[in-house]
Amino acid sequence: MFIIHCPYCGEREQSEFKAGGEAHISRPKQPSELSDDQWAEYLFMRKNIKGVQYERWVHTHGCRKWFNIIRDTSNDQIQAVYKMGEKPPIK
Amino acid sequence: MTKNLRVKTSKFIDETYKVSFKFNGKTYYGFKGDTLASALLANDIHLVARSFKYHRPRGIMTAGSEEPNAIVQLHKNTSRTEPNVRATEIEIYDGLEASSQNCWPSVNFDIGGINNFLSPVLPAGFYYKTFMWPASFWEKYEYFIRKSAGLGKSPSTPDPDIYEHRYIHCDVLIIGAGISGVMAAKVAAKNGFKTLLIEEKNYLGGETIYQDSEHFKINNQTSGSWLDKEINEIKKIKNLEIKTRTSVAAFHGYNFLLARENLTDHLPIEQRNGKTRQRLLKIRAKKVITATGSLERPLIFDNNDRPGILLSSAINKYASLFGVACGEKNILFTNNDSAYETAANLFKKGISIEAIIDNREEIDSKLIKESEKNNIKIYKGYTIVDTYGYKRINKISIMQLSKDGQKVVGSKILIPCDCLGISGGWTPSVHLFTQSGGKLKFRDNDQVFIPNTYPSDQISIGSCNGDFTLDEILSNISKTLKEFLGINKTGYENLEVQTSFNKSKRNIWLLPSDKIVGKTKSFVDFQNDATAKDIKLALREGFRSIEHVKRYTTTGMGTDQGKLGNMHALGIISEISGSKMGELGTTTFRPPYTPLTFGTIVGRNVGEYFDVYRKTPMHDWHVKNKAKFENVGQWKRAWYYPKNNESMHDAVQRESKAARDSAGILDASTLGKIDIQGTDASEFLNRVYTNAWSKLDIGKCRYGLMLNEDGMVYDDGVTTRLNENHYIMTTTTGGAATVLGKLEDYLQTEWPELDVYLTSVTDHYATISVCGPKSKKIISQVIPNLDLSDDNFPHMSFKDTKINEIKCRVMRISFTGEQSYEINVQANYGKSVWEKCMKAGKEFNITPYGTETMHLLRAEKGFIIVGQDTDATMTPIDLQMNWIVSKKKYDFIGKRSLYRSDTMRDDRKQLVGLLTENPDEILEEGAQIVANFNKSPVEMLGHVTSSYYSPNLKKSIALGFVRGGKNMMGQKLIIPMENKKINVTVADPVFLDKENKRLNA
Ligand SMILES: [Zn+2]
Repeated sequence: MFIIHCPYCGEREQSEFKAGGEAHISRPKQPSELSDDQWAEYLFMRKNIKGVQYERWVHTHGCRKWFNIIRDTSNDQIQAVYKMGEKPPIK
Repeated sequence: MTKNLRVKTSKFIDETYKVSFKFNGKTYYGFKGDTLASALLANDIHLVARSFKYHRPRGIMTAGSEEPNAIVQLHKNTSRTEPNVRATEIEIYDGLEASSQNCWPSVNFDIGGINNFLSPVLPAGFYYKTFMWPASFWEKYEYFIRKSAGLGKSPSTPDPDIYEHRYIHCDVLIIGAGISGVMAAKVAAKNGFKTLLIEEKNYLGGETIYQDSEHFKINNQTSGSWLDKEINEIKKIKNLEIKTRTSVAAFHGYNFLLARENLTDHLPIEQRNGKTRQRLLKIRAKKVITATGSLERPLIFDNNDRPGILLSSAINKYASLFGVACGEKNILFTNNDSAYETAANLFKKGISIEAIIDNREEIDSKLIKESEKNNIKIYKGYTIVDTYGYKRINKISIMQLSKDGQKVVGSKILIPCDCLGISGGWTPSVHLFTQSGGKLKFRDNDQVFIPNTYPSDQISIGSCNGDFTLDEILSNISKTLKEFLGINKTGYENLEVQTSFNKSKRNIWLLPSDKIVGKTKSFVDFQNDATAKDIKLALREGFRSIEHVKRYTTTGMGTDQGKLGNMHALGIISEISGSKMGELGTTTFRPPYTPLTFGTIVGRNVGEYFDVYRKTPMHDWHVKNKAKFENVGQWKRAWYYPKNNESMHDAVQRESKAARDSAGILDASTLGKIDIQGTDASEFLNRVYTNAWSKLDIGKCRYGLMLNEDGMVYDDGVTTRLNENHYIMTTTTGGAATVLGKLEDYLQTEWPELDVYLTSVTDHYATISVCGPKSKKIISQVIPNLDLSDDNFPHMSFKDTKINEIKCRVMRISFTGEQSYEINVQANYGKSVWEKCMKAGKEFNITPYGTETMHLLRAEKGFIIVGQDTDATMTPIDLQMNWIVSKKKYDFIGKRSLYRSDTMRDDRKQLVGLLTENPDEILEEGAQIVANFNKSPVEMLGHVTSSYYSPNLKKSIALGFVRGGKNMMGQKLIIPMENKKINVTVADPVFLDKENKRLNA
């Protein structure tokens, strides 16, 4: 169980949060103009890498805010936390 | 008569306090301070168990939690019975009753022992190979396997004990209170860290505390007495909490650990009532110091498993700590100096040693010289090739090892004995370290895995870090702690250490024998009966990965997780496959380190607290009126209300008929309610529902369908426009929380520009739905000031009103297809308004109905129930609900997916009605639907999702999904059941009142 630094509340136990998959995949603005393949790419394809991953998390049992984290999935080390709409602080 | 092998008063045992206990029905005596194992050994009992596969007689082998053999059942046939308890760990108390496991009928005569003679046909993978084929034989095998093999019996009555959970936060957690742990605790606590020291035994000091040999000294005192003073000192430190009888079960990431604190297991049963038995500690530590020590390795040779064969260090501990001799004619067998330490201590206590067999040819240390001086015969460069004695070892045979250690040479020497101590060197206990995500490295010179990289702020010290000798431990500890804790001084900088230990070792993973390999039984995993031969077989059959060999041979898969033999398994694999140990890696150690009871895991979450449930404000009324309840999500919902011992069927038929003939009343408080406000609320609803919302007038209600982005139906419900920028949305009971979560997600991440605020108000309102032709009359009595005329208050509209002084919202919306009114009041008024409705409805036979009747009424109307009729693979088009999908709207969640080639197929499964040929025949929900039996395999076209006998239509009706069903109206299909085939006709899913006349009746 890791500890996540919620950008609104501070350090909290992982059990207060829920993961929401890969970050920085925005919903297409004009879905009807996409081909089936392009829509499927948005809808289904996720990286799920072993290593540094950009993820969405939500503080479900807290402020209920969504935010992003950068986590190394091989050792669960969280390298950065940043708000929705912000650019990743590290590359 | 049993012998008394108590040799010398030990200061750790209270010989003035005699304890009586029973083992396999016979009464024995021990002393306060004994473990079950030490008390049995004092009574000269070694045979305590039968092995898992071959049912070979097995004895106590160790003195700790690594024990593979001596696992017993406590207090058989009582509510406190517990299987798989290690005799080496339980402290005896008056009235303790223990019995052997895995033997039938008794440990002395065991029918399964025949497996031992059948062992040539019980090789590795035996269970996989044999019992899988023919499958029909499994039933026969199973009876015998279950009867003759098994690891104890679980209790059959509720656990009378209390368990609890506790959170602990500390600066420094130290696991293990051996010499390293005690020193670390003192340093950490004295430097101001809030420190927690955890020890699984009931005493502090580990293996050093009973060390009073001249060969190991600190500051000119024996190491035992030096440590004793340190312990007395740390007990006085205020910011140090010490927990004994506490075992760390799991070490997770971010220094989160679970430990089990044992509070009453050492007390006589009658003293336990009302006390907490075990506590699960959930520890979050800033820093963790692992000082879990090391385990002595056995040696792997032919018949190395007989009762009377123990680890050499265990024999030492039984003599030094408990004052018990494990035998009268002892032999030690070793590849390193540790056995000489045992020899020195046994000699001092007057326990005779017949011989020491040492793998090493050239050896020299003060310890060895002392054994020679004590006239103990030492066979240098020898190995044991076999042992004898069925229920207790009585003899060994030894031969000389060849120079390369691969063969035995010369002639055999037989030596009688009644106890054999074996020492194969030491294995650091790195289980917890690796659980935490730590990576190991292999140290070639003494063939051990030691911690290499740490994933969190932690350190391993002492012998779990590969520092096995006193001088190594003491010379490293100061430096390590200074660095780790960031301090200048430890106070342990200038210790004077004396040790006579020589670190030389001759490591041979599998000792050679004069027999051919196939004829030996050299056990690697004692509990699971895996031998070196099994491992070789697995390698011959092509297994290479250590994880595969482990599963195939079951090595390391017992309750002890192979704490003793895993290294040898690796060693043998490495030798045969020619790969390096360090490259093979180890198998994964998984939590818990030692087994946990279910009680500890669940803590106080038992009985009514096991899974907390939600009650509506009218719950008490339902209980009083004998409702049966159904679990929906976390809610308890009234299911049906049986009258005078009615069956469920009869109750539901009566309720359904009353709802359509006169009036029904339903508690709909569990439906999710989300308050939506903001200038963009309409636009928001437009985007999340499939139909259009911007033109909904204030005071009107609309049914909406919500999809996932993949186009599949996700939730449904009625939303009401209370005001220009204010809506109240209802969701399904089970979907309330996830719908809110999903809406918040879209608002925050995709459409942050929208001015919309969401609030969950499910618990704030009680919702009462009154339906049926008499509903208008009833509501007119409950709310006399409200104009109920169809002009003023038509279907799908809402009114803000009052019942006396109580504010309420009334919606004219229908779950059932009947004219209905839904009253929403502040939750605490729910029961009184419900009772008011009951009173007003009395003359109209108002009938409370539950979820089952609601489903039936909805099925009559072909209204779907999300979650019962849908399963996340159905689009609104599949549900024949094209009418609710807006073609005009540019976009809404899931729209694009409705135009994918797959979702547009004509032969998708589609919702249809099903009518049985025999109107009294009720289909089973979940039954398969087929068209043709002549084609093999029979094509499954779909399944039945809802099925009832309709009292209003006087026939059976069903909803189902059928491939291409939309175009099969009137077609005959078949429902195959176990012993019959039911003929059905595909029909319109709306069975009753297709014109919706009843809504305004
Ligand atoms: Zn937060």
